[in-house]
Amino acid sequence: MSISKRKGIYAIKMKQAAHLLFFQRHKKPGVKGWELHKSIGSDYPKVLEILDEYLNTLGLQVKIVFEGEPTAKPTLDEFDKARFYVVLRGELQPKEPKLIGWRIDDLAGLAITIAFIISKKGQASRSEVEKLLNEKLPGWKVGLNIDRYIRYGYLQQDNEQLYLDWRTRAEVDQKVLIDALLKMGEDNKSKTDEKFTSSNETSFEEGTNADEDAAAD
Amino acid sequence: MSKIETQKADPFLLDIKEVIRIIQEYFPKWNQPEELNLDAEAIHHIASVIKMQNEWVKQRTTSMYKDTFLFEEKIRQQPAKEVVEAFLKAWHPLTALEQVTLQSLTEALQYWATLKPLKERWPNSTVPNVEAGVATRSELINQSILRDEAFSTELESCWHQLKDKVQREGVAGKIFYMDFVGADTYEETVHRAYLTSFLVTCGYATLELVPLEEEIFIKPLDKPLTKLGQQAVSVPISLSFDDWQRWKRGRNT
Repeated sequence: MSISKRKGIYAIKMKQAAHLLFFQRHKKPGVKGWELHKSIGSDYPKVLEILDEYLNTLGLQVKIVFEGEPTAKPTLDEFDKARFYVVLRGELQPKEPKLIGWRIDDLAGLAITIAFIISKKGQASRSEVEKLLNEKLPGWKVGLNIDRYIRYGYLQQDNEQLYLDWRTRAEVDQKVLIDALLKMGEDNKSKTDEKFTSSNETSFEEGTNADEDAAAD
Repeated sequence: MSKIETQKADPFLLDIKEVIRIIQEYFPKWNQPEELNLDAEAIHHIASVIKMQNEWVKQRTTSMYKDTFLFEEKIRQQPAKEVVEAFLKAWHPLTALEQVTLQSLTEALQYWATLKPLKERWPNSTVPNVEAGVATRSELINQSILRDEAFSTELESCWHQLKDKVQREGVAGKIFYMDFVGADTYEETVHRAYLTSFLVTCGYATLELVPLEEEIFIKPLDKPLTKLGQQAVSVPISLSFDDWQRWKRGRNT
């Protein structure tokens, strides 16, 4: 097969893959690997790789959520069982969430809830989460917000226990979130520390000078 | 050491080096096998404490481990805006479109054109319109919606029947469940089983199960027993047509 013909085939397959990934076909967004396999063929991981490169220029990426822990080199069977999404590649700017329909306090509630559940090793009781959110959100809103997070697929509830659901696994880089939350306020703290240290150093130098003066006397 | 092994104390409370030093110091003095046994046992326990220390370190060095208390405090102290900024670093919302295309509209129109009217697809689904009215008690009894007697009266009479039957045929104040509920027709048997379930639920009788022999006995009580505050236990009893036939054949022979 000539190179131009092969390129043409891949261009068609890439277009097919983009349609499958972008247009919501089921209740949940995204598409299962076996659906891509059926429509595009067994080389769909390669097609998605090319599509991912193309989407890079638009600030988007193809995200794969495997059923279990992914192996270093996933097999075709693992790809077939995985779910594929198109997600934002970089970070959203602070003003952007409003454009995609989120109020800042609702988003903060979601961030805190997800972080809290991660810190509790993947599950937390609803009452604990409600108590935590109640500190900064009005009581009437707390329950509504948690229900909304469940409805959107960020959380799932089973017998008063909250767990992370498919959308969190698809959209949130959990390690980055925890690190970012733990680093919060460290900039301010480090500035304060610097100030404190420099003022201490000054007094120490002053003291040293005083001792030297005393020694000279 | 036993407290550490049962996870009641911190494994790092034990000074392993010091314990090893003491064992080393006294080891040359031991001659008796019992003394050496005790030493071996001590080494074994030390090894298990070291294993627990190892697991503790491993758990805390995993990339996702964060102290829950520290984390909660951090979240509580920070303003919502900072939390959102941190979240935005890790959040990659997914995209999905819902759009009608010209092709999908054309396909939908074609489908509509070939779709048969409801009258043709569900020809027998027409239900005659009936004016809402009032049914008398006798009409409901005729249609088997209501029984001729009130339920509580029926239940009481069933209880008396059970007591009579146990007196006549029972052993030690009880009778085989099937011998009580069994009747000439399957329908009547099911109805008696239904009533019997209420007898047990309402405290008129109790069930005795013999799991090994798979036998169920029913025992009437002299006075209805209120079971308020007690945990109810459900006993599913299968009563198939085959079961009833088998019981009937056994009774006739």
